Amino acid sequence: MTTLEIKNLHVSVDTDQGKKQILRGVDLVVKSGETHAIMGPNGSGKSTLAYSIAGHPKYEVTEGEILLDGQNVLEMAVDERAKAGLFLAMQYPVEVPGVSVSNFLRTAKTALDGEAPKLREWIGDLKHAMKNLRMDPDFTERNVNEGFSGGEKKRHEILQLELLKPKIAILDETDSGLDVDALKVVSEGVNRAKEETGIGVLLITHYTRILRYIEPDFVHVFVAGKVAEQGGPELAERLEAEGYDRYLKTEA
Amino acid sequence: MAQHGIKAHEHKLVPLQTRSERPRSTSISDFAELSNRQEIWRYLPMDRLQGLDAEVIGEVSRDELSITLAGTVTASWIDSSEPIVGTAGLPEDRISAIAWTNASKTLLVEVPADQEIAEPVFLTLKLEELAAKALHIFVKVGANAKATIVLDHIGQGSLAENVEILLDPGAKLDFVSIQDWDNGSSHVSNQLTRLGKDSVLKHVVVSLGGDLVRVTPSVALDSPGAEIQMYGVYLADSKNYFEHRPYVDHIAENCVSNVAYKGALQGAGAHTVWVGDVLIRETAIGTNSYELNRNLLLTDGARADSVPNLEIETGKIEGAGHASASGRFDDEQLFYLMARGIGDTEAKRLVVRGFLNEVVQKVGISQVEDRLIASIEQGLEKAGV
Repeated sequence: MTTLEIKNLHVSVDTDQGKKQILRGVDLVVKSGETHAIMGPNGSGKSTLAYSIAGHPKYEVTEGEILLDGQNVLEMAVDERAKAGLFLAMQYPVEVPGVSVSNFLRTAKTALDGEAPKLREWIGDLKHAMKNLRMDPDFTERNVNEGFSGGEKKRHEILQLELLKPKIAILDETDSGLDVDALKVVSEGVNRAKEETGIGVLLITHYTRILRYIEPDFVHVFVAGKVAEQGGPELAERLEAEGYDRYLKTEA
Repeated sequence: MAQHGIKAHEHKLVPLQTRSERPRSTSISDFAELSNRQEIWRYLPMDRLQGLDAEVIGEVSRDELSITLAGTVTASWIDSSEPIVGTAGLPEDRISAIAWTNASKTLLVEVPADQEIAEPVFLTLKLEELAAKALHIFVKVGANAKATIVLDHIGQGSLAENVEILLDPGAKLDFVSIQDWDNGSSHVSNQLTRLGKDSVLKHVVVSLGGDLVRVTPSVALDSPGAEIQMYGVYLADSKNYFEHRPYVDHIAENCVSNVAYKGALQGAGAHTVWVGDVLIRETAIGTNSYELNRNLLLTDGARADSVPNLEIETGKIEGAGHASASGRFDDEQLFYLMARGIGDTEAKRLVVRGFLNEVVQKVGISQVEDRLIASIEQGLEKAGV
């Protein structure tokens, strides 16, 4: 049983116009087996939350805490956070030229486990996971994210989620840029990970579409760097019907 | 071989109007003494020449060059006055002329026509003293023959070198020149190549060690349908100055050239220079040409100069392009790798290896690739990356 606790989180980024505050006191608790959807309009700070948890150097935490089973995540380096069990499926995964998917995945698995995976087992797991995500077997010979289509990038992120087996996964707009078929495949991958390892999921999305395939237990609406409202799955349905206008008006 | 006007360049920097106007001669006196005011020596640290600019220098002895032949390939030392010497090209600079004049013997390596040689030929030069020496090598590949030749420079020394490579029609050669000198070494190498009709040369430069290493590979594409792939990979640390100046002269129709050099630099004082010249003459209809140089600066205080020059005298070509970029580690790449649990050092290594891989994979000779990868690993370890 793992618990990710976010307490009163304030985060700023450096911009050309100086420091800009994005998160203004976020409180959130995600436990193993739970799926939390974070929804909100563009610019509300959803992705900032994701990157702050993962430890991207661009984001500066000015106040508040992030704890994983009581351990202070903010004191951990980026790779230590991954080793502690955090995973971020990125919205815009970057290209790493000259590094094959196969080499990358094996290096990551070795780093997380502290030892190289047994070759036969590893190849078996990899093949199986790729087949489930309907990925071409020669995909592993390509360079990481180089020349990948939008759908391939997202499948590759979910492939990592399934193979690296984190405790808490943050999915940053994994649904963006996917057609319905790809969305289904990717969602199945997340649901498999939930079933098999009981991970906690923080699902960041602008649209309710993905929630038809990955059912949330909790829905949090982000507005202007804070949770404006929270509830169960029914809140997502209401957002589907009404949009975010209601929150934006009260902000203004 | 008239050298009119050459004296005019002695005291001021007058850029030549086109690359092809650069004078060619085997005579030292036809070239002005070295100065940073001349474009071709502009970046060179003159204090590291170690006598390579003296008019009289020594000559590499036979026992300093070990030769591992393969198949029906032959090697013999001939007088440099033999008519074959100079048929692939002539010096374009003073040090090349010094090397030419001082090498009384030439090592002639011949691949007979129609022979396909599976194993690589290794020429390993090992110097153990700093006295400046000259060396001349001539590689001739007969019609429709196919071979691989690796020229390796190791030890500690000071070398002025000319390498001529001549491919008969339909010949294919993979040629690799490795500069893996110990600290304190200086090496200036002019590599002149001439390609026969429909011949293909893969020319690879690997520079890993030496206080001063300057390699100027040039190719005259004066027979139709010839193709050259010029690759370079270098890893410079704070002790190294590496300069590479590939030059492709497109003269005949329907020739292909592809130049790609990639380097990683680390440590204060590490300096690399890449000047890539491509000239597509009016007669070179149907040319397809591309040149690229990329540098990855791993630490502060390293410097990479990169200058691509492209001259096009005809519009009737397939394509011509160039690209040059030098930059630091990409923070987003490192973040992505680290977010998957990969530690800082390992992530940087992956990025560097990946960066150089594109060219390393082109070498195609496993012994050389393994050594290159080991050398990259060692270099990174030394730098604490």
